[in-house]
Amino acid sequence: MKRILIIGITTAAIFSSCKKDDTPEYNPNVKADLSVEFDNVAGAADLQMNTATYNNAAGESFKVTKLKYYVSNFVFTNSNGTTYTVPQKDSYFLIDESDPAAREAELQVPEGEYKSVSFIVGVDSLRNTMDVSQRTGVLDVAGTASDMYWGWNSGYIFFKLEGTSAASMMGGVFQYHIGGFGGYSSSTANNIRKITLDLTARGVAKVKSGKSTNIHLMVDILKALNGTTNMSFATLPMVHSIAPGTPVANNYVSMFTHEHTEN
Amino acid sequence: MYRKYLWVIVVLIAGVSACNKEITAEYESFRGFVQPSNFPQPFYRFGNNAVTKERFELGRKLFYDPLLSSNNTISCGSCHIQTSAFTHHGHAVSHGIFDRMGTRNSPPIMNLAWSTSLMWDGGIVDLDLQPIAPITNHVEMDDSMPNVLNKLRNSSAYPALFQKAYGSPEITSTGFLKALSQFMLMCVSSNSKYDSVMRNQALFTAEEQEGYQLFRQKCNTCHTEPLFTDHSFRNNGLPPSMVDDPGRYLVTQKPEDRYKFKVPSLRNLSFTAPYMHDGRLFTLDAVFDHYTTQVQHTPNLDPLFLVNAQPGLAISAAERQKLIAFLKTLNDRSFLLDKLLSEQ
Repeated sequence: MKRILIIGITTAAIFSSCKKDDTPEYNPNVKADLSVEFDNVAGAADLQMNTATYNNAAGESFKVTKLKYYVSNFVFTNSNGTTYTVPQKDSYFLIDESDPAAREAELQVPEGEYKSVSFIVGVDSLRNTMDVSQRTGVLDVAGTASDMYWGWNSGYIFFKLEGTSAASMMGGVFQYHIGGFGGYSSSTANNIRKITLDLTARGVAKVKSGKSTNIHLMVDILKALNGTTNMSFATLPMVHSIAPGTPVANNYVSMFTHEHTEN
Repeated sequence: MYRKYLWVIVVLIAGVSACNKEITAEYESFRGFVQPSNFPQPFYRFGNNAVTKERFELGRKLFYDPLLSSNNTISCGSCHIQTSAFTHHGHAVSHGIFDRMGTRNSPPIMNLAWSTSLMWDGGIVDLDLQPIAPITNHVEMDDSMPNVLNKLRNSSAYPALFQKAYGSPEITSTGFLKALSQFMLMCVSSNSKYDSVMRNQALFTAEEQEGYQLFRQKCNTCHTEPLFTDHSFRNNGLPPSMVDDPGRYLVTQKPEDRYKFKVPSLRNLSFTAPYMHDGRLFTLDAVFDHYTTQVQHTPNLDPLFLVNAQPGLAISAAERQKLIAFLKTLNDRSFLLDKLLSEQ
């Protein structure tokens, strides 16, 4: 009996202490730093551009020479069920594997505990059709976006994966450029893809002023090539327009996983 | 002797003051974008880019500046020549940088404020984003936008011109592209004989009038007044060339858009030869020959060409002469000679 009592008291103590730790005072009127890190990998290994050789599901070996993609329109779901949409103008990021400073989306969200994050891979149709004066920062067509924009068929390129492969008949090179927001007046294929990741299994984000919370995502580029459609550089070395990119977009919805959260 | 010198001085002073007068007159006469009374409301959103003299002049300088190409040899004006209604007269397709050849005929820069899309395939909808295409195209100017802006930033003239136009010497993509838009928007051709007739300031001859009636029966569905295009994309039955350009299909990738190209305006047609998206027809007569006897039933041929069992339009030789007489009333020489639009 005594033993049970001790266990009971101990358990209560543990739970109450846990509870205390788990419920910091959040002030939803105050915004604090939250970053989402896009850690590009190839299977179980960190991505090594230009040097490492990988194999796709079609059995072709290849190297990666360029990896860039837009992530935008971040929405966070609080553990209490409410959602917070990051203001659109602060919501565009170009992840560039060649630039160590371009692998995170740095955001400000109200203090709170967040159980899921969603974002789109690409640039939404609204921004794709906005006046040029609204296309600043990573969307500047004469700046960072100049390499991520189709001038002849107006629109941002959402995702670029380039590399070399002996399987490619185009000089041993492959280039997968994925874009297509649905078209201005005449509809085209829409390759905008929304990603939603649950954070509860590997750590919710506890956002509070004075600390910087980081949601660490793994981005497995092999999954952009292998999945619903196994891409082959022999049969399709080049994707430079909207419709042929759809299978790649359908694949890369599965390339993002939540690894952990640093609170 | 003294008197002789005096004369020279008087003449010189008169000359200089005349120059000043001209400049002042031009300044005073700059009225910005003027809506022609017989045109519909523009498609372009002027609310985002109100035309001012300084921005227009900056755009004009940019339009004629070869700095916009990778080796500083090709300007917009190289393939869009004012005296040919801003087309590349005599060229089926234009030769761009290093004499590389394109696959499509350089279209006129004319009445773009009313254009609902740009390029033969309509791949660009916003005029402000249009210059990116030729600047970055491998066979046209073959440069990059960041490089072009850097060249402008490092030039002696442009920071001051941007300061004048926008109140800041900073050269941004927005300032650059909107200035070019201002120049293109000011390229309004609305002073043809046709326009004068529509504004009750002139009369057609009997032949022109008959041609006009025929035009309204046989051509106006696609080449709709007063801009002489309905801005649609259609397959007019040209036999596919070696290039096998699929046209609008490149943009939408829909099978039903294969071989469709934008209906071009017919204004200034005496100055814009050769005709069609690839400039394959050199004369107006060749165009009529195509429409009357050579229309091919390729995929997506516009049903308007299939009224009879044989694809094509029924236009007699007499009707052709009348139609040509009318079509010539669409020429606007004042547009070709307007100094405001010329390289300064």
